[in-house]
Amino acid sequence: MARDQMNGSEIILEALNEQGVTDIFGYPGGAVLPIYDAIFQQNRIRHVLVRQEGGAVHAAEGYARSTGKVGVVLVTSGPGATNAVTGLTDALMDSIPIVCLTGQVPTHLIGNDAFQEADTTGITRPCTKHNYLVKNVADLGRVMHEAFHVARSGRPGPVVIDLPKDVLMGLGDYTPKSKVKVKRYNPQVKGDIKQVKAAIAALAKAKMPIIYAGGGVVNSGPAASQLLTQFVKMTGAPCTLTLMGLGAFPASNKQYLGMLGMHGTYEANLAMHACDVMICIGARFDDRITGRLDAFAPDALKIHIDIDPSSINKNVPIDIPIVGDVGHVLEDMIKVWRSTQSKVDSKAMNAWWEQIDKWRHVDCLKFNQGKDVIKPQYAIQQLCELSRNLKKEVYITTEVGQHQMWAAQYFGFEKPNHWMTSGGLGTMGYGLPAAMGVQIAHPKSLCIDIAGEASFLMNMQELSTIKQYGLPVKSFILNNFYMGMVRQWQELLHGGRYAESYMSSLPDFAKLAESFGMVGLQATKPSEVRDVIKEMIKIDNAVICDIHIDPTENCFPMIPSGAAHNEMLLGPNDETEKPVSEEGMVLV
Amino acid sequence: MNAQTQTENTHTIAVLVDNEPGVLARVIGLFSGRGYNIESLTVAETDAVNNLSRITVVTTGTPMVIEQIKAQLYRLVPVHEVSDLTLEGDSVERELALVKVVGTGEMRVESLRIADIFRARVVDSTNESFVFEIVGKSSKVDAFVKLMEPLGLVDVSRTGIAAIARGVVGMEHVG
Repeated sequence: MARDQMNGSEIILEALNEQGVTDIFGYPGGAVLPIYDAIFQQNRIRHVLVRQEGGAVHAAEGYARSTGKVGVVLVTSGPGATNAVTGLTDALMDSIPIVCLTGQVPTHLIGNDAFQEADTTGITRPCTKHNYLVKNVADLGRVMHEAFHVARSGRPGPVVIDLPKDVLMGLGDYTPKSKVKVKRYNPQVKGDIKQVKAAIAALAKAKMPIIYAGGGVVNSGPAASQLLTQFVKMTGAPCTLTLMGLGAFPASNKQYLGMLGMHGTYEANLAMHACDVMICIGARFDDRITGRLDAFAPDALKIHIDIDPSSINKNVPIDIPIVGDVGHVLEDMIKVWRSTQSKVDSKAMNAWWEQIDKWRHVDCLKFNQGKDVIKPQYAIQQLCELSRNLKKEVYITTEVGQHQMWAAQYFGFEKPNHWMTSGGLGTMGYGLPAAMGVQIAHPKSLCIDIAGEASFLMNMQELSTIKQYGLPVKSFILNNFYMGMVRQWQELLHGGRYAESYMSSLPDFAKLAESFGMVGLQATKPSEVRDVIKEMIKIDNAVICDIHIDPTENCFPMIPSGAAHNEMLLGPNDETEKPVSEEGMVLV
Repeated sequence: MNAQTQTENTHTIAVLVDNEPGVLARVIGLFSGRGYNIESLTVAETDAVNNLSRITVVTTGTPMVIEQIKAQLYRLVPVHEVSDLTLEGDSVERELALVKVVGTGEMRVESLRIADIFRARVVDSTNESFVFEIVGKSSKVDAFVKLMEPLGLVDVSRTGIAAIARGVVGMEHVG
């Protein structure tokens, strides 16, 4: 045996180490035991043992989204890999860089229906950015480094490396990072300067411009968020963010209109509808954003900046496309704006802001907090207020449903990478493991999963992981005893027939917390909310807060399915006046 | 420009890919997963030194859909180049078919006569059958097969379209 030869498992750990990986999330099993043996014999990389592989991927997503690093997952063959599929799809939809190592039966058994065998590369092909089956240990080093390159560059995404057990045990030479030249997949980073100039010229002529930014700004790094803020300020244009983009522009800024889309603000959606020039930066015209396509911003000249050419002209025809990393393109746009001494038409701009202020005056997020039942909006507003001036950083994750939308509407984010949510796939059960991953990356910070009780039950096995690693993760459950968003749609579209959306056998969440050695808190009256939140923040342990909210509360404002931006429902009284169209009913 | 009112056109797209396991599944999966049509698909290694294969795919869609297909193909990691032969100037398209005709007497003579007109070659023969090899545009192959139907056609095997741009420019080989 040559001295520099290693076995496959050692090669994997060496490659992870060279890639700067310090934490991985996983669950052992027969096919990956050699890697676990190698992990046992080193202390450079910490392994976090989850309770189900789905939790591992969401934890890695939270870790990745809050740090900008690649999240790493290690699972076994067969059920280990198939349990990871939901998380991988989630990461693909939301462009989160993940490298997922999956065990596989030995190469000579592949295709034999061996124990815990699954066609992992076949199953994960449509839900990964790329995947590999490594059949030769000599390829392993190169594949590992290429996988990290693919996961993090361009539009980020999940990459699976399927590892037969004999490859993990076989000896081979390690190819270090410096020797790996990735000849393929080099996405364009710089935008075409001609297009940048055309975009600036169009913006300078605009009378009613709007900047609509998304998760791509967050993915491009904190510098891109700063450039966006600078660009918005220098152009004087209003700025709205997608669900994935929250934090890319400070919520407290006067030019911020709030989130747009189905549950976005009235002013953001009406400004989108009325604008004459729209600059979309790192967002993808998702159906939750556009509403009815043929009525989407009908009079606007549309400029779209995206690193992924397939996002451009996918749903909405674009007048000025710019392919490139938003950070680089924004830098160029700022330069061109300055060098051409561009100025906005200040008279038109004043009129535009006057109009926007009228829409703002509607105060679409207002709610009435009475004395008896807790309004979810109030609970989140108080959570935001009481966690604002802490000495520690505050990270918010969410599950999926009404609570997620309320969190997006009422929790103001000032910085990127502090908001982790499942946007594209809408994966219930995302928030708790994601918060766990965030807390692993930021041990001293306050990590809160704003949850609904139904979503929380989907991955609550991870409470055991949280306990094992002593993570002070806070679960803030807005408990309405319903799958709230399902119930809301049943109310809106199905005559109030609440089929299977009510849960009658919920656990006592406070006692559940206690059974894991955590602290359980409960609020059932509005007067208790602030004290419970203060208590939760103070406790240096995991806490589950069970906040009993108004079970009939719905999420507003809302663009019903199949409607346009200017056909928003502002509240329950609006529902009867604007019934949902037949076409709208078939949409999700 | 409105997606609904755009007319559909047929495009021939050449894709240069790494010749590695799963690459064809990736391309086919992209078409089925996103609801695009495949009318013809051919694939073979074309550059053994750089380990590259060339896929020729014929598909139909509105300009917006065709643009999506190309962008989605280009996004795949093993894809080096995507070329729309229908948009990027003139190209030559050829298809090969093997056509088996069984018959005797006048029918048999007639099939041979038509084969001669189409410049199809006989590549296998028995006393009662021919296998013809015909090369040409798909429309020519279609016409030939149609004429063979009443003359004892029993089997057809077609390669699908291979296509290449006319003129001096080749697809860039990355290597």
